[in-house]
Order: sequence, then C-alpha cells, then structure tokens
Amino acid sequence: MPVESVFPRLEPLLPLVRKPVQYVGGEVNAVVKDWDATDVRWALLYPDAYEVGLPNQGLAILYEVLNEQEGVLAERVYSVWPDMEALMRSSGVPQFTVDAHRPVGSFDLLGVSFSTELGYTNLLTTLDLAGIPLLAADRSITDPVVVGGGHAAFNPEPIADFLDAVVIGDGEEATLLITSLVRSWKQAGCPGGRDGLLLSLAGTGSVYVPRFYDVSYQPDGRIAAIAPNRPGVPRSVRKHTLMDLDAWPYPKAPVVPVAETVHERFSVEIFRGCTRGCRFCQAGMITRPVRERSITTVGAMVAAGVAATGFAEVGLLSLSSADHSEINEIAVDLADCYEGTNTGLSLPSTRVDAFNITLADELSRNGRRSGLTFAPEGGSERMRKVINKMVTEDDLIRTVSTAYSSGWRQVKLYFMCGLPTETDEDVLAIAALARRVIEAGRTVSGRKDIRCTVSIGGFVPKPHTPFQWAAQCEPSVVDSRLKALGSALRSDRTYGRSIGFRYHEGEPALIEGLMARGDRRVGAVVLAAWRDGARFDGWNEYFSFERWATACSTALADTPVDLAWYTTRERDYDEVLPWDHLDSGLDRDWLWQDWQSAVAPDGAGEVEDCRWTPCYECGACSAMGTHIQVGPTGERIDPARMLPVLSVTGSVASGQGR
Amino acid sequence: MTGEPGSGPGTPAAPSVAPPVQQLVVRYAKRGKMRFASHRDVARAFERGVRRAGVPIAHSAGFTPHPKISYAGGAPTGVASEAEYLSLGLMSRTDPAVVRDGLNAALPDGIEVIDIAETAGGLPASQLVASEWQVILPGLPSGHVAPAVHEFLALEHAEVERLTSKGMRRMDARPAVVTIDVTSAGAEDTALRMIVMHTVPAIRPDDVLTAIRQVSGVTPDAPPLMTRLAQGSISESGVVMP
Repeated sequence: MPVESVFPRLEPLLPLVRKPVQYVGGEVNAVVKDWDATDVRWALLYPDAYEVGLPNQGLAILYEVLNEQEGVLAERVYSVWPDMEALMRSSGVPQFTVDAHRPVGSFDLLGVSFSTELGYTNLLTTLDLAGIPLLAADRSITDPVVVGGGHAAFNPEPIADFLDAVVIGDGEEATLLITSLVRSWKQAGCPGGRDGLLLSLAGTGSVYVPRFYDVSYQPDGRIAAIAPNRPGVPRSVRKHTLMDLDAWPYPKAPVVPVAETVHERFSVEIFRGCTRGCRFCQAGMITRPVRERSITTVGAMVAAGVAATGFAEVGLLSLSSADHSEINEIAVDLADCYEGTNTGLSLPSTRVDAFNITLADELSRNGRRSGLTFAPEGGSERMRKVINKMVTEDDLIRTVSTAYSSGWRQVKLYFMCGLPTETDEDVLAIAALARRVIEAGRTVSGRKDIRCTVSIGGFVPKPHTPFQWAAQCEPSVVDSRLKALGSALRSDRTYGRSIGFRYHEGEPALIEGLMARGDRRVGAVVLAAWRDGARFDGWNEYFSFERWATACSTALADTPVDLAWYTTRERDYDEVLPWDHLDSGLDRDWLWQDWQSAVAPDGAGEVEDCRWTPCYECGACSAMGTHIQVGPTGERIDPARMLPVLSVTGSVASGQGR
Repeated sequence: MTGEPGSGPGTPAAPSVAPPVQQLVVRYAKRGKMRFASHRDVARAFERGVRRAGVPIAHSAGFTPHPKISYAGGAPTGVASEAEYLSLGLMSRTDPAVVRDGLNAALPDGIEVIDIAETAGGLPASQLVASEWQVILPGLPSGHVAPAVHEFLALEHAEVERLTSKGMRRMDARPAVVTIDVTSAGAEDTALRMIVMHTVPAIRPDDVLTAIRQVSGVTPDAPPLMTRLAQGSISESGVVMP
C-alpha cells in the first residue's frame, strides 16, 4: 500500500520556522524510490540538525549503498529544531523523511548514526514525533526496528532501552546483512514476530540486541555480570571491519545541500583506521587496522564526485590524512588535474609531524586555501607522552613555519584539558607554545599579522581506549585551568593579540562523559532529561547542565550510583565495564597495560605505530581476522581521465602559470 | 580566511585573472519546494550548478576567488518567483542556449532558467524598478478582501513592522504600492495581483498584507502563497521585463 507524503500538511508550517529549506528535500542527488517497488525500507537518521547531519560521511555512504540495491529504499531523516517540533506537535504532523516526506513510522527500519553521545536526546524526539514507542520493549510488529550505529554505539548501554539493535564498526556490509535478514523474515511471513527477527539478527554474532542481555549489579553499584538471557544469543558481539576500501568507493554522488551546512565540500575517505595509538582517541582504537584506499581509486572518486556535485572543495578525509602512504602523490596529482579550475583541496585532519612543504604547496596551489588545524592535544612534552601523541615542540614549530612561509596567515591548534595526570603547568605550557608559534611565524613570514587560534576542550574518557578506566577531571578544575590559560595568553604584550583563544567549558563534557561510559541505568537519566526538555545537547544555546544534574538525581535516586560515580571515578582492572561484551577486537589486557604505562610514576611508555614497527598485539587484527592494508602502490592519477566535466574551464585555464 | 597577500618572503603572488569575455543575463524561477530557499541558498545552488554543468565561469582574482555571478535582489525566503535575475561572467564564449540547458540539467528541481541572453553591461539593475506579485489568500472569499484592499489604497501612509536579522524594522508600506487587483481564486480563496516599486527599505508583499490586516482585520486561514510574476520597468500596461 502506498504511503502518503506528509508534505501537504508540512507545507503550511514552513513559512513559520527558521531556515525552512532544510526540511524540503529535493536536493541534487537525492533519491526518491517507488515505495511499492521495494520490500525493505530504511529511514536513516542523523540525530542532529540538517546542517550537521547532511555532510556526515557514514550516512552518505549507507544512503547510496542501500539505494543501489534492487528492492531497497533509504531516505534521510534529520532532527527538527524546537520551533518545528512545536508546530509539528500542535498540527499533528509526524516525523518525516526529507526525501519523500514519508512518515518515519511506516519504514521497516530506522538506522541511527551516533557520532556523539550528545545526540541521544534527539533520538527520543524523533521516535516520539514518529509515533514510535520510546522503549524498544513497547514496540509492536508494525513499528520500525531501530538500529544504532556510529562511534558512540561502541557503548550503547545508556540508550539500550531505546534501541532494538546495534551495529558496532563499519556499516556497509552490516546494513546489507540486516537488509537481507529483514527481507527473508518478511517473505517468510514474519516468523516469531518482532522477536523472531531480532533473534535472527542476534544469531549472526555481529548484531547486538540489548534486550537479549541481562545486566546484574553488585550492592555497591558496580556491574556484576552481563549475560544473554536466551539461547541463540552470543556472549559477546563483534565489530564489523570493512576490508578493501577500493571495492567500496562510496559516496559516489553525495546529496548536494541547498541549505548551508558545516562542511561544503566533496569528501573522500583516503583511509580508514589509525594506529598512531593516541591513548585518548576512541576513533583510533575502534577503527583498527589501517586500511588505505589506493591513489587511483581516490583519483577516480574525486573525478566522479566533483562532477556529480559541483563542490568547489575536495576534502581528503581520514583520522590523520597526511599519514597516507602516498599523500604527497595524491595532493600533487589532484592539484595538477584541477589546476585553474578553482577547485580547492583540504586535509581536515593533519598530524603535526606529517605535514610537509609539498602538502603546503599543493593545498594552496589552486587559489583557495582552506584552514589548517593541527592537534598537539597536550601543551607539555610530558603530557604528550602520557597520551602517546609523540610530537615534539620542534615538530610543531617546523610545521607551522612551513605553513606560514607558504602563505597561510592563520593556523588553528587544538588541545585538550583535564587529561590524566595533568597539572596546571601542563595547561599553562600551551601559552608558551603559542608564543613560540607566533614568534616563528613572524620570523619566517616577515609579517606581524599572522595569527594562531588555540582551541581547547575538556577531555572525556571513552570506552575501548586505554583511558576507559580513568577518572574524568572535575569541571571546576578544567574551568580554572582554562581561565588561567586564557589570562596567560591575553596578558602577553608581545604576542597576545596574535593569539585567539576558544574553549569549551567542563560541564557539558561531564555530561558527555556520563553518557560515554554509562550503563543501562543512565537510560532513565536520558529519558528524564528529555522529558524535561533536553534537545540538541551538543549546542551551547540548548544545553543545560542543571537539567542534566536534576535528571541524574531523580532518575538515579534508587541506585547507589550518581553522576560523579560515572564520571570522575577511576575504575579498577576487575570492574566489569558496561561495554565489555562488545568486542572491538582490542585485547583488554593490552588496553590495561597501556593505561598503566601512560600513568607510570617514572614517566609514560611509548607505543609506536604498527604500520612502521612490528605488531605489538593490540588484538584488533587477530581477533577480527583483519590486517593492515597500506601502500605505496607506485601508481599515479592520470590527469587525462580526470577532467570530463570541467574540461571547458580546465582547457581555458590551463594556459595560466602557477 | 587568509587575507590578501603581501610582499613577505615566500609569499606566493595572488593569481591574476582576465576579465570575462561574455556576460549573460539569466531570468530564472524559484518555485515549488525551492521557494523556501533563501537568497544565499539559491546562490549556492547556482555556484554548484555552474560547476556541474561545466559552464566556463570567470572568477575574481585574489586568494579566495569567487565565481563571477551577480544577483539582483532576490524574492524573500518562502516566496516563489517566475522572474529572478542574475548575470554570469564567462571566460570563454559559449552559446547561451547551451548554458541554459546545462544549468537546467544541473540545478535542483524548482530552480529553473527561463531566459538567457547576452548583454554588454551585465545585470540591468536600473531596469528592475518594480515587481508584480501574485498573492493567494486561502480561505478568504474575494468579497471580504476587496473592501479591505480599498481601505488600504485610500491611505496615504501605512506603517508596518517586520522582524529582520537586524531586529524589528518599521516602514511605510503604502507609497511603494502602485496597484492591487482583487480576483476570486475559486469560491474560497482570493488572488491579489499587486505592483510594488522597489524601494529602500524594500516593501515585500507580506508587508502589504500586514498593512491590509491592520486596517481591516482580514486574515487568511493559512499562510498566503506569494509569487513574483514579473520584475522590470513600469509602463501603463504594468511591469515590463527587460
């Protein structure tokens, strides 16, 4: 039976809200399929505003992978802002997809990508507006199966009550697996009802169904055990690892927003995974091993993607893009291919010690020069040893000197505050570092108007990292260190005016920490905060610490635990962690040893990158049957095959010299 | 981001560019769902559309080159239009019909190039002095609306307020209005056609509706559907498009 578009009912509301274009769809490369010609239908939710969600690579990939399948339909859903939410409630308009404005409640599956824990309350808004019961246990066979994924889903326990299923790791093959199981189940007449489908998903060993596990607690509040509560459900659930990125060249033609979004570029993931071993970095731990996309596939994807979208900037995406074994060749060849076309090239994430003069030249060759951000993370050498971010102050000075002498006027430096063992002096060292950066910049550029921006946020310990056992720093301590750093920077007469200072306060980070390392009891806190109005918690203008603190004290009143217990408390080796049954491949003992090594009284030990040194048995490859995939391939991008669409511009411009 | 280049050591010279060799003036429509696009949204769509279509667009000089596209004042967010204008500066001569077809294949549905013509001087801003707007008022029979419009037209001044990005602004909605015709659009609805001069500050059709509501209390059931039908100079027969 066809499902009707809610657009006629939505349309009268659009003149009454801010930025209505974000709700209308119809963008270039958006896909609308015939409902009745498909039998497995996904709604894909990014639980934040359109402007943040649209550029998300994960959902862009899954949208294409699913829509390429015969008989499968995928449409996009983003969180509606509170002004629209209020109007939808008063007019009875249900949550819709932006592609065909179909009601989300009519889909078979609702896939949700969580980049951050601060999107949890937005999930509840979407479910509620869609008329889907908030608790998975209350859903009927006609409700969509709500599937969570993304990095935050590596500990989904705080939202376990709201999710039917969870996928950890890469989503490409996992969504296809789920699609085929849903299709078989529907074709067989839905045997066993909703639980029958969930059981078949859980039986694969790689889809987590929270409801099929019981969590028991000790009297002091720690977890006693997490165990399956029925046969056919594995004790632990494995992450997915996509091998051979060249075989999965997505996104090919991402949706081109009409509305303004946070990233206005065509992004190609040049590799997935990172083994630099930074101890705070969840992304670097859960995405192992490193799998490179080859230079020729990157070239082909850029050519097709730029032609299909019209974006004027190409982003070479990864967790540390300058680490690609052929990054210089990629940058040179792309800059050659797009010379004169005003197509900019950017590396959104560049390691301090991997940036070089070739990259500086190639990134700036085509006129548009995107911002440069480097992340030393820690202000002092000692601090950087603790977090295993092995870049020296001299590395940083050399790198920023390269940037300033290549014409950049501004670089951004990213740091964290509240790291394990951190002292006031470690944070104040950032001021000295920033002074040296400006001093070096003025020397090499011969100008006084060069700038750097120091951006700093509170550290949040994350699951599946060596710091998963660490005590999160008290917000008051974070704030006082940030304040001291701010005044140190401002009081500098020689360099202070050249240094910008941006910071994130400690309280929002504490709530992020609650949800990052929380267990199922935190679900009641999320629900209470949402009922009290929590929305868009990643946005300063909406976040309320008081609301969350109140939600903690009411929802956890009958338990021996509280907000501090979840956040600022250090854990022991023996404690069962809420995510221990979710297997990221990392060996728990290796993580523990690395944690101990980080805080060793006689100085932190160093872990090197397994791409260039022998395997140190973190466990990821052996547990998952995977291996490192890196070049160099020795191949180059062929410019003759790159410029079909931009040929007019390119040929005219090719006479211009550099 | 990086400002203009200086003469410091190692500072690359700013790329210089030749001036455009061809100017095209484009009339385009913004309709359907795309009427909810803002002026900046439409500009973004054209910048990408031009690249997708392979139009040899010229760029400004400097370290942040911008495509040479100039826009005449756009219809407000939420208001449809059959007569928006922009001009394109090209770096190599191209058949305007090819540009039109290429853009129409590359732009999102709802943004459509209607006319394209080569001109010597770019956008004829001096010829865009007034607009003709159609406003559909749902749930209001024309018998109710006509007296209200007469009352408004009898005024010399009609002060209205509108919330803008710079806060609440007061303006006089009456002097800019040349004519308003009232006709029935079915039994239930009314269609207004109004000719409004382009003034500073701009008077939009919703400002006129606000003024009519203030004198008469007449309010439609649902948001009115507003469309710019024409933009151009004023003659006895109405708005004449350039």
